[in-house]
Amino acid sequence: MNEIEEKSFYQAMGRYRGILGWLISTDHKKIGIMYLGALLCFFSVGVTLGILIRLSLIAPGMFLSAQHYNQLFTVHGIVMIFLFIIPGIPVAFGNFLLPLMIGAKDVAFPRLNRFTWWLYLAGAFIVLLALATGGGPPDTGWTFYAPYSIESKTNVSLAVFGVFVLGFSSIFTGLNFVTTIHRMRAPGMEWFRMPLFVWTLYATGWVQILATPVLAITLLFIVLGRFIGIGFFDPTRGGDPILYEHLFWIYSHPAVYIMVLPAMGIISEIVPVFARKRIFGYHAIALSALAIASVGYLVWGHHMFTSGMSDTARVIFSFITFLVAVPSGVKIFNWVSTLYKGSIEVAAPLLFALSFIFLFSIGGLTGLIIGSLAPSLHLHGTYFIVAHFHYVMFGGAGFSFFAGLHYWFPKMFGKMYSEKWAKRGWFFLFVGFNVLYFSMFILGYEGMPRRYFEPPPQYHGWSVISTIGSWLLATGILIILSNLVRALFKGEKASANPWGGRTLEWTVSSPPPRENFIHGPVIATDPYGFEGKK
Amino acid sequence: MIEPLQAKGESGIDYTGKKIGMWIFLFTELLFFGGMFLLYSIFRAQYPSEFHISAREENLVLGTINTFALLTSSLFIALSIAAIRRGNKKQSLWLQGLTILCGIIFLVIKYFEWSEKIAKGIYPDSPVLLGMGSGETLFFGLYYMMTGIHGLHVLIGILVIAVMLHFTRQDTITSQNYVKLENTGLYWHFVDIVWIYLFPLFYLIT
Ligand SMILES: [Cu+2]
Repeated sequence: MNEIEEKSFYQAMGRYRGILGWLISTDHKKIGIMYLGALLCFFSVGVTLGILIRLSLIAPGMFLSAQHYNQLFTVHGIVMIFLFIIPGIPVAFGNFLLPLMIGAKDVAFPRLNRFTWWLYLAGAFIVLLALATGGGPPDTGWTFYAPYSIESKTNVSLAVFGVFVLGFSSIFTGLNFVTTIHRMRAPGMEWFRMPLFVWTLYATGWVQILATPVLAITLLFIVLGRFIGIGFFDPTRGGDPILYEHLFWIYSHPAVYIMVLPAMGIISEIVPVFARKRIFGYHAIALSALAIASVGYLVWGHHMFTSGMSDTARVIFSFITFLVAVPSGVKIFNWVSTLYKGSIEVAAPLLFALSFIFLFSIGGLTGLIIGSLAPSLHLHGTYFIVAHFHYVMFGGAGFSFFAGLHYWFPKMFGKMYSEKWAKRGWFFLFVGFNVLYFSMFILGYEGMPRRYFEPPPQYHGWSVISTIGSWLLATGILIILSNLVRALFKGEKASANPWGGRTLEWTVSSPPPRENFIHGPVIATDPYGFEGKK
Repeated sequence: MIEPLQAKGESGIDYTGKKIGMWIFLFTELLFFGGMFLLYSIFRAQYPSEFHISAREENLVLGTINTFALLTSSLFIALSIAAIRRGNKKQSLWLQGLTILCGIIFLVIKYFEWSEKIAKGIYPDSPVLLGMGSGETLFFGLYYMMTGIHGLHVLIGILVIAVMLHFTRQDTITSQNYVKLENTGLYWHFVDIVWIYLFPLFYLIT
């Protein structure tokens, strides 16, 4: 039908050719592709660092000193959090797909979008520069807790400044997306006809807009604390380090939703397509995204149950933490109900999506264990937190990222990958992931302290198992990425709609033309009508 | 009923969209300053008497003049938008110029206020300030940070208005297409409002 040869956006050339042509392009699709490339690079760096951390933990002192170990896990955190998973899904898939999904030509502010991408590059460059200059890579942990971050001799200032710049990149992405969703929807695309991925991008956008500035100002005071002795977080000058923790988590808990909300959006797209069934409870999923985004602002205190806080505050924060789990539960219920009695096609994207549901449920439920006051006292300083965190971040956002990558790869690059190898890669990733991180739940429950360079000997057994898991996981990632890279060069040409999706991006050719839609689409139904289709 | 979602103005630009973008940006700014106001309120609750005493160091006269300078500048920029809407380019140019002038007056006065304090040895990390005690250190730390970051916003505002002045002269901003100037006005009002809060918090709490 739609298979007439059109020029794809890859062939559309501006004034310049080559890399410069890409860098100065305001095409949301090109920007999305560039982000995706950068994200995958930083992800690979982060994984490598993670493998080294695991390796050092089973052989402390063999090849890393304690100081290097501290720097390693700090950089692992900074790279994974600020360069990969926070920008993550919105900048890569959001940029590429948001205008396509709502039937628009581009985002509301294409030039701001390009500027945002440059800011991301600049922030990333500054962070990398911080590793090579001054006192070397920071050793504070990715949270930059004061007062140590003010005293550390390592190059904290530059790294923190890099994160500051990345923060603005994130804010402008949110601003652009929210405005785009308000103003650029095609005729007939009412709010409750929007694809659910768009809904989650909308909720995420607001979190980016309203939470990130708090982080920016907080980090600024760390830098100024180091340079001109502003002592807001320094107890020797009347300041309060706990205040830093509050301000940091006022941003960084909502930041969890910057990572996870769009991940949930991807799952909401994939599940109905591969179950060939209308999504169950569309309104509930859409509105629960907004509920998560708003209630998620009020739970930051659960990161500080052991830091010193009044009992009243702890009870309130614990209660709201339980509350925010409800809308997440609603979504899980809806996805499972969508699968129920569907004609399920177990393709690679669905495997990743199902893993998300499974792993995120574990991550979420263990979050409730540490969100309750009494267990939190026992578990807060242990590997239980590390395991929970990775189940939510990697098992949640990370797996969803890969789900989206496999789902939209044909659309983005116009090529099909090998389904067989995608599944093999998934298998190693899934098994490796659980071996790696579930061992940490056990270690943590038994009391193994986190951040230690040399764990007490009684934890050695599970530690070794966990490290073996990290190798399996890395094998999985290697298979997945090589499969996709191979597909880029040798893959078969993808059709416009290989999965039978009903959202708008599947109505244009793969890869899409420069202007997205030749005739502006007019929308008359919701995007999940699979009834009567094959 | 389907509303025309991609409604464009006569000039082909999405007027409402640009304004939504600006408003969202201002929310961001609000939270950016919000972090500082939060710090202020916590430290003030912790050191009420020290804050009370330190605030006497502030020069109330200069602070009041500055408040008037900014309020007037907000009036000027609002009038300049009204002027360009009526198509009165010359008047709009004049009013934008006056806005910049008020902004510069504000910064010059701020400069003298800061130098006066620095001459007394009161600046972050100074031995005099550290000798005064924790509450005072925090008060003046907040003073320098909040008025400093606000001053930076004023400076940026002045530069942006200067660009708008140029655009108006080049007829990029016209009676048909003045959303850039209007957004600049929104930003300038925001900067003004922040000062409206800073002024009592640092000058009037004695
Ligand atoms: Cu949290």
